Amino acid sequence: MEERWSTEHVLSLAPDAASKKAAGKLSAPAPWSAAGTDGDAVWGECRGSGSTPYRTVVELATPAYQCSCPSRKFPCKHALGLLLLWSSAPDAVPAAAEPADWAADWLAARRDRAEQRVTRAEAPADPAAARRRAEKRSARVAAGAAELRLRLADRVRHGLADQSTAGPWEEVAARMVDAQAPGLATRVRELDSAPQHGLLEEYAMVHLLATAATRVDELPAPLAATVRARIGYTTDTAELLAGPTVRDRWLVLGSRTSSMEGGADDRLTTRRVWLRGAKTGRPALLLAFGRPGQAPDLALPTGRPVEAELAFHPGARPLRAVLGTRYGAPEAAPDGPPSGLTVAEAVAGYGTAVADDPWLDAWPTVLTDVVPVLSPEGWHLTDGRHTLPVHRAATPEAALWRLAAVSTGRPLTVFGEYGHRGFAPVTAWGPDGRPIGLTTA
Amino acid sequence: MSTDRFTGGAPVPDPWESLHTAALLGTDRRPLPAPDPAAPYARDVDRTDQATALLELAALETVRRRAGALPVPAAGPPADPAPEDGRPELPAPAARRLSLLLSSRGTGAGVLANLGELLPQWLATARARGLRPPAATVPALLDAARARSELRPDAVALAGPLGRWLADRNPDWRFVLRTTAGSPPGPEAAAGGDHLWHEGLFAERVTHLTLLRRRDPAAGLALLRSTWPTERAEDRLLFLDALQEGLSPADEPFLEAALGDRSKNVRATAAELLSTLPGSALAARMAERARAAVHLSEHGTHLLVTPPTACDAAMQRDGIPPKSPTGRGERAWWFGEVIAAAPLAVWPAHTGLAPDRLLTLRVGDSIDETSSTWADDLREAWARAAVRQQDADWARALLGPPPSPAPGRTARSARTTGAPAKLLAVLPPAERAAWTAAFIEAHGLGEAFQLLGACATPWTPPLSTAVVGALDRAAASGAYPWSHSGVLGMTERALSPGAAEAVEALAAGAAPATAWGETFARLAGTLRFREAMLAELAGPADAA
Repeated sequence: MEERWSTEHVLSLAPDAASKKAAGKLSAPAPWSAAGTDGDAVWGECRGSGSTPYRTVVELATPAYQCSCPSRKFPCKHALGLLLLWSSAPDAVPAAAEPADWAADWLAARRDRAEQRVTRAEAPADPAAARRRAEKRSARVAAGAAELRLRLADRVRHGLADQSTAGPWEEVAARMVDAQAPGLATRVRELDSAPQHGLLEEYAMVHLLATAATRVDELPAPLAATVRARIGYTTDTAELLAGPTVRDRWLVLGSRTSSMEGGADDRLTTRRVWLRGAKTGRPALLLAFGRPGQAPDLALPTGRPVEAELAFHPGARPLRAVLGTRYGAPEAAPDGPPSGLTVAEAVAGYGTAVADDPWLDAWPTVLTDVVPVLSPEGWHLTDGRHTLPVHRAATPEAALWRLAAVSTGRPLTVFGEYGHRGFAPVTAWGPDGRPIGLTTA
Repeated sequence: MSTDRFTGGAPVPDPWESLHTAALLGTDRRPLPAPDPAAPYARDVDRTDQATALLELAALETVRRRAGALPVPAAGPPADPAPEDGRPELPAPAARRLSLLLSSRGTGAGVLANLGELLPQWLATARARGLRPPAATVPALLDAARARSELRPDAVALAGPLGRWLADRNPDWRFVLRTTAGSPPGPEAAAGGDHLWHEGLFAERVTHLTLLRRRDPAAGLALLRSTWPTERAEDRLLFLDALQEGLSPADEPFLEAALGDRSKNVRATAAELLSTLPGSALAARMAERARAAVHLSEHGTHLLVTPPTACDAAMQRDGIPPKSPTGRGERAWWFGEVIAAAPLAVWPAHTGLAPDRLLTLRVGDSIDETSSTWADDLREAWARAAVRQQDADWARALLGPPPSPAPGRTARSARTTGAPAKLLAVLPPAERAAWTAAFIEAHGLGEAFQLLGACATPWTPPLSTAVVGALDRAAASGAYPWSHSGVLGMTERALSPGAAEAVEALAAGAAPATAWGETFARLAGTLRFREAMLAELAGPADAA
């Protein structure tokens, strides 16, 4: 039942490259003693330069980490080193019925805190004040969107090729932030860097969103929810989890971590984790964020099912979800790759999704029996009948070579996001059926 | 991204193109196109404001095209896949270790040596076991070998057919095609070989020739002969070098002819190759010159030296440059070149004495028996000959018996001529290690760096014990660890993992938070890491 994680997965938890390196050095049995695992947690004592060893515990399900070292990195190199040791040298981290006392204390305290959090989330809010705030915001968003429509139309009147009368969109983006529409602001900002041949598409889609924003109350509820989410309304996680949830065995199709500029010079790390329900067949996307020096707090091992409840953000094409109650640690990986689509089915699938949510750039897609091919026009995936271009801007070069190496030029199953810019591969299943994360190196 | 490749057979005129043109020029200058009769939904768009109407029509068109995109037919059958790799896959823990070693590049400090330093040993061990790395790690392996050329032979061999297949597709990895690492190419590669020889990059041609020589020396020579007159001088030089692989008397006529080459360097290389063929005519000519230069004295107590008086045309043709590149005296230079190129077998034949006996003789001038001017020249040239001809008997005799710890630590013996590390490299590995261990016990680590470098890794247990003992003595003597940093760096990579316990004992015995304490702790950590690493590689190969 217990299956130890891959090196790639452990290293994907590292907050930075220095931690990876340091953890690698702690991955031999030498500095460790009193290490053990009960399947739910891993613990061990690591001899450092000081007189007392550091005590390290990792709870595997979340995962969560505790270490007595003074590092401010999270997880620290000891936690990562212990996980690497656990994954590569089973004898060095033997199975034990009970955690060591000091590990058991922390694990118990953690469970208590988690229960308290749940009760705190049920604290009542002030509904009247909340309604007043919501009305105020609706008015601001509508005004901002109306202004944006005028700006877009002005540019089209003068001609997109004429840059002389056009200032940068940055200033308009700032107005959208003031109008409490951060989603609009992001899209507007991107207009400055759009290539000219794609410019009209981008203008048109921003226009469509601004138009929808001014009359969101007239739209059907699911589409209205989609529009609100794209404008930048956030939904409270606790509120979502209180609503209907979907319990399933969620297969982890893949994950990708990316850094981007957040506010106030923070380099925010974002991790996307894609799931698919075994019973419902539903795709889901979990997002997790990490502050500088911290890995995002959510990490699930690719290729393995997790029994859990998910709450989906509302929308015409629900995809984004939050993780609720989990039932046990991730299970052992199934023997083969997940079922998938032909290229033609993938194109049709994205088309259907776009019909529901016109602002959708890509849809999570598993392709079956495709071969990555590098042609003079660039990378493609082909199933012999049809072909898809690879979305280069969203795909690191190294990921493509890993994909090519795993395939050895033969058909394989690939998970990624497919949209009008092409396919961005995330996970490949090798000939032995084992998943390979392509974007974690 | 151009969207028309998704629309398959788009109708003409393309409504998108007319919208796009109007948007680029501006609706002030270019009116909206007339409603497309094929797009009934477009008729509902309010056209009172031209610019807004254009954006709305464009939005409709964008969504229509994205939602209604048709799949693009495949261009044709994909190219050939990589050849199958029949080697067993690495044990899973070893594969994880490889990922780790590859992901921790750069320098590191702290409790362990830089992990990147352990990569060469990992690669060599995995290669020796004939294992196949997981396909997903091959790109990172090739990237590492691209950055560190010393890794290339092992990395390329490990990457195997998949590595070559990838290198065919990625110019960054072209070095794979130029690295002589793989097993000799099979007959199926021979077909492409001719093409490679005539059309390939220079380095690919050298690789091809070297591999061919390994498999079929005669075919390699024939290939080289076929284009020899048309090759450029610097290319001829390196092609000639490739003949070292599988050199035999069959190559002699070709090399004799090369002695007349236009290029001085080609002539010198041909002469050097011929001098390693004991039966060659050049070796016989050198033996003749050597016999003329050295005689056993009448009573058998001295070797009497008569160096050449001139470097005639025949000597020059046989690869002896008339001027020393380092400005040595002419006669001493010619003498040294003759002795170094003469087959060593000439000496026992000429004097009736074995190497170890010859080396004990006094060396004198043929005029003045007591002068020993030539002793160093003779010994140094013999050492060069022993290295060039890979003659273990002579190397052993020149090195002398393993040094023994002399009471009272006397100065080192005078046997410094002839680069002991190079002579050592001629001996079998076990003997090399034993000799070096004895040397270190007698003389410490101060001058052992090159000798240790000549020993096979990991070091044998006796050699490792000797090094650990010498480190202990160095620590006790009050020396600083950094004065031994060269040897210590090598020790991290080469000390037998079995020495870990002894090093841990040293670490425990050293005063805490001192330089030696940290040095020993770090060394012990590295040894444990290597121990785990090598144990994983020794584990059962599996496909899990």
